Amino acid sequence: MTDVTLAELCIFAASEAFRNNGEVVATGVGPVPRLAASLAKLTHSPELMMTDGEAYLVEQPVPLGPRGDYKPKFAGYLPFSRFFDSAVWSGRRHAMVTPTQIDRFGQINLSQLGGTHKQPKTQMLGVRGFPGNTIYHPNSFFFPAHTSRVFVEGEVDMVSGVGYNPAKRVPGGNYSGVDLRVIVTNLCVMDFGGTNNAIRVVSLHPGVTFDEVQAATGFPLEKGALTETPLPDAEALAIIAQLDPHNIRASVIKDNPPAIRAN
Amino acid sequence: MLDKRMTAADIVSQLHDGMTLGIGGWGPRRKPMALVREILRSDLKDLTIVAYGGADVGMLCAAGKVKKLVFAFVSLDAIPLEPWFRKAREAGQIEVLELDEGMFQWGLKAAAFGVPFLPTRVGLGTDLAALGGLKTVTSPYSDGETLIAMPALKLDAALLHVNRSDWRGNVHLFGPDVYYDEWFAKAAAKTFVSCEELVDRMEDHYPDAAQANIFERCFVTGVVEMPCGAHPSSMPPSYGWDMKAFKAYADAAKEPGDWAAVADRFVGKSEADYLNSVGGKEAVAALPLPIF
Repeated sequence: MTDVTLAELCIFAASEAFRNNGEVVATGVGPVPRLAASLAKLTHSPELMMTDGEAYLVEQPVPLGPRGDYKPKFAGYLPFSRFFDSAVWSGRRHAMVTPTQIDRFGQINLSQLGGTHKQPKTQMLGVRGFPGNTIYHPNSFFFPAHTSRVFVEGEVDMVSGVGYNPAKRVPGGNYSGVDLRVIVTNLCVMDFGGTNNAIRVVSLHPGVTFDEVQAATGFPLEKGALTETPLPDAEALAIIAQLDPHNIRASVIKDNPPAIRAN
Repeated sequence: MLDKRMTAADIVSQLHDGMTLGIGGWGPRRKPMALVREILRSDLKDLTIVAYGGADVGMLCAAGKVKKLVFAFVSLDAIPLEPWFRKAREAGQIEVLELDEGMFQWGLKAAAFGVPFLPTRVGLGTDLAALGGLKTVTSPYSDGETLIAMPALKLDAALLHVNRSDWRGNVHLFGPDVYYDEWFAKAAAKTFVSCEELVDRMEDHYPDAAQANIFERCFVTGVVEMPCGAHPSSMPPSYGWDMKAFKAYADAAKEPGDWAAVADRFVGKSEADYLNSVGGKEAVAALPLPIF
């Protein structure tokens, strides 16, 4: 198992976020989250719902990239034109995404960096669906490069997704749907189980120390059990290879390092 | 007038400076690009554009046509950051109202139903309300919940590209997803559609496809046949997006990135010229549908 990559370890760890979610749409945006959701559906959580990446619901997750002769088989229909009614505003979804920034409250940013809203220094995508996703359904995150530029000191530059920041909560609003679950990075797995939903390190990838994670993070982290993130088993690796025949996962983390560091 | 056929120039002549214009489609998909190009050939200016943005927004920003943009994202998918939109934003050139994707369609629905706003939880706990001047309302019922009052996004006009229409404005929209075109049509005082195929009487040609009529002809003011009218965006099942064309367009935004110097390549003197420059109808028809 020495040839297991860190990306594969992350996929396996991230797939755990989708365990026991019930019949919800599992959306993984980007190769690692998408493979994680697909792996979860094919192993421990067949009840998950999933799209083909466009508009149709599939019971057999669709592999990444050009498909050759493979034709996705459609079991249902969930286009954008009814996505909010059916999946987001009903809370029947769990999304795993990669924002540009995240802060100690779990507030996320996909909109802009620096400057002002009238004239940002760097314009990014825009808030997309983050405000609705975060107030209505569970969300998890994947970051391929754990740095203090991503895990920022203070607050994110533009709060695009709801977190656990009491100062941002308009009194009388219903925040019962805010449910941030898991953060998987190239260094560790974290959750929001600390004091007042503070971010807490729950497992460290092989060879990584808590101090290393803390040094790469712009705010203080809490310590959970600090176990070692498990390596994917042979079944999981086989499924991942099948779902990603072009090895797109190899391009996600810089230099595609092995899961176990060569010291 | 039951015969709603117009030319693209007729449609643009019905638009005016300073108006609020909705543009259908989503990112690089199902965009009425031929009508957008016709606007780019005109003197129209100071527009408020309401769109799930792609190159439509990028081009109108680059050409200095946009006073204000109402958006949730602007993206070309495989080229995630729309480069011309980005330039306009980083130059502080346009006013914006930034919204969540779901709030956006909620605002179109408020406009369609003629109510001043619709309540939603979306936006609470984020910077959207403060940046956009969005106000809250309190539920008058016993729950007393505080909600954001998403204002109606009333459109003076909407532009859509559809798969087919007849001259009365009986439209058919198909492909895997038609996004929020229905609600753009209903939120607008006037909706102009370009189509891949124009037929005389829909019932004589496609009587078995009436479920594709996702909004009714009372919402259609004008119709023009413009095959390949979504290029370079995708128009399933007829053609996919033209990523090579998007890439050339994105590359042209790099320094010095002067739109006036490159606009001819992406707009053309006429739609016929434009289509020729991208290889004609056959080349567009051969563009494969995207894989997700």
